[in-house]
Amino acid sequence: MPLINSPAELEEFRQGVLAKRDPNAPCVSVCAGAGCVASGANEVIAAFKAEIEKQGLQASVETKGTGCPGFCERGPVVVIYPEEICYLQVTAEDVPEIVAQTLKEKKVVERLLYVDSATDEKATLESDIPFYKHQERLLLGSNIKIDPKNIDDYLALGGYSALAKALSEMTADQVLEEVKKSNLRGRGGGGFPAGRKWEGSRDAPDDPKYVIVNADEGDPGAFMDRALLEGNPHSILEGLIIGGYTIGAHEGYIYVRQEYPLAVENITLAIKQAEEYGFLGENILGSGFDFVVKVHKGAGAFVCGESTALMTALEGRVGEPRPKYIRSNIKGLWEKPSVLNNVETWANVPLIVNHGADWFTKYGTETSKGTKIFSLVGKIKNTGLVEVPMGMTLHDIIYKIGGGVPDGKKFKAVQTGGPSGGCIPESMLDLPVGFDELSKVGSMMGSGGMIVMDEDTCMVDVARYFIDFLTDESCGKCVPCREGLRQMLKILTNITKGKGKEGDIETLEDLSFTAKAAALCALGKSAPNPFLSTLNYFREEYEAHIKDKRCPARSCKALIDFHIDPAKCQACMICAKKCPVGAIDGGKNKIHVIDQEKCTKCGTCFEVCPSRFAAVQKTSAEPVPPPIPEEERTIVRKSKKK
Amino acid sequence: MDNERIDQIIDKHHGEASSLIQVLLDIQSENHWLPKEALEKVSERLQVPLARIQHIATFYKAFSLVPKGRHEIHVCLGTACHVRGAPRILDTVQDLTGIKPGETDLDLKFSLETVNCLGCCALGPVVEIDGKTHGKMGTSKAADMLKSYD
Repeated sequence: MPLINSPAELEEFRQGVLAKRDPNAPCVSVCAGAGCVASGANEVIAAFKAEIEKQGLQASVETKGTGCPGFCERGPVVVIYPEEICYLQVTAEDVPEIVAQTLKEKKVVERLLYVDSATDEKATLESDIPFYKHQERLLLGSNIKIDPKNIDDYLALGGYSALAKALSEMTADQVLEEVKKSNLRGRGGGGFPAGRKWEGSRDAPDDPKYVIVNADEGDPGAFMDRALLEGNPHSILEGLIIGGYTIGAHEGYIYVRQEYPLAVENITLAIKQAEEYGFLGENILGSGFDFVVKVHKGAGAFVCGESTALMTALEGRVGEPRPKYIRSNIKGLWEKPSVLNNVETWANVPLIVNHGADWFTKYGTETSKGTKIFSLVGKIKNTGLVEVPMGMTLHDIIYKIGGGVPDGKKFKAVQTGGPSGGCIPESMLDLPVGFDELSKVGSMMGSGGMIVMDEDTCMVDVARYFIDFLTDESCGKCVPCREGLRQMLKILTNITKGKGKEGDIETLEDLSFTAKAAALCALGKSAPNPFLSTLNYFREEYEAHIKDKRCPARSCKALIDFHIDPAKCQACMICAKKCPVGAIDGGKNKIHVIDQEKCTKCGTCFEVCPSRFAAVQKTSAEPVPPPIPEEERTIVRKSKKK
Repeated sequence: MDNERIDQIIDKHHGEASSLIQVLLDIQSENHWLPKEALEKVSERLQVPLARIQHIATFYKAFSLVPKGRHEIHVCLGTACHVRGAPRILDTVQDLTGIKPGETDLDLKFSLETVNCLGCCALGPVVEIDGKTHGKMGTSKAADMLKSYD
């Protein structure tokens, strides 16, 4: 028997959960998302539990591993409630001090707070940190408050109230009207209006119907769906059940990539808990509506993020896209009407049902409503997930939230939209983010990857990187993508190796045009975008590679050289010891010299040379100065002269 | 991998042909590769032609048709890791292990694979060994790290 059989019982149960919780009781929330776990969050949680027990506080202090709040750069992130004190980069060694100072004495441990690098000001509360201050976290905000493995945490925050409202107070048509009115657009890439997609399936004559969550987040550099699925799995489940009710589906699928083991674990557990509570199964909340959900693990194929390929994979076959003469919301999974939406799209649905379309449309621009989560990564100070209202400018996201480019380097471009998107140069940073705005400049929203590149990033290499990725991931079904990309990769690789020739750019343009016009699926059609956008905004870099055999960013291995500036070398031997091929000759008080014949250009010496010396030089298309004569190589140190 | 265990996995998925990929994933994760005998068994039980199973086993990245080494190295080549120097990390790992992506060394010590994003972009460049994520990699750090495995 399910635990909860009606909306009234749900409310009663929720009050019971809340009554057991004292909002003023101390609670230690540690981010247990994959990023923080990689930085040691599990050890921190274990240390907290042990220390709290040691101090005899286990009855009064709760410790929990929560979803990802997004500030991965400074992980593991710890938030102490009720004060909401935020500690960053916490290690297990810091835990006794936090327990003794903050939990017992109510004092703040200053050294673990966020320090603004520009003003040297410290921020005690999470909401004071600039990274969070400028965000609008409708979806991500709950993550740090929820233990994703405990459904009661979600219920305590009002979880499943949207489902109860939809099932008891609204007809399916009313839900559909609300979603249509909210103008919620698909967060997975194309930005197709979710309401229209749902309506098509609802009106389709065939039965049964299916609803599907696309959690095959294959775009490299994007991890917002993972954070949602790991951190707040019930919000996605609730959206999916509402979607099923709206279009008349009784079966749902969650297609999640197996590279995200924690997401698979948390969503599987969430489904089990929802079944026990009665949010899934037969006669949900006494409404007469039945609904089940299955998890399908993706086996690693980027193309399966494409809707028709994903459905083919769900059927247990090789995930190749199908032509869309009839859209998949009419003929999709097993040729039946199927609504497929991205994780973030589904997570928005409970919010829209609860607060109404008018509330939702307050956020965003004319054509793009609501908020969008971006994964702000690459050469950026504050790496992490940021959720902003649509319409915020790229400049504000990168500088106000992201804190700009680290190490005093110069910003070059920001890449959005994953392998189907493009690179946007500095001159266009005032662009507001939105589906149509980004498409207009030759990029796209995609699922929300935002990769910042600085002066050290070679744009030709970036194009080559994406085309390489897509060549590898092309399913091989249609010729323009399978063969065209292979040729593009060959030419681009030659250019980065200094073997580019006149006419290469034109050939690349030809191949791009063909793929855009003739490829079968959206992935093939958008595949040339990384090349076309970099060519459009950074043509001079292509020409430098082809004509001068020079890589302006000094990144392409074949076009760069390393040498040691004898005036700067302090003969510290670090590079000589670290060189993996023994190409550096030198000794104590003997200026080091790189043997150009032996050098593999791995860059280790450049990396390890202490920044106060900065003796290792990287050049491109410049003659390497000859090694200094043997007799001049001895360093005579002043301090040793007597 | 014994037949009994394969039966158990197939039963867990109710013996449905549409669960083929899920069955193969379970075998892969337990056995680290897909031996031909296991595939034949799956083919027989699920009533799916062996050719289709091989099509799937070669199409998806997660599957391997050859045995894997004791330690599985995954070098992340996602965009965020790429712009932070992942190709140089991969070169270093290749030089030190003597194998290329997709290969296993003769001692069955290391298997090397590349992945397109592990979602730990804040820690890039990232290398994952036996499921443990090592972040903020540099070429010399990668060399030191590899030495700690035997």
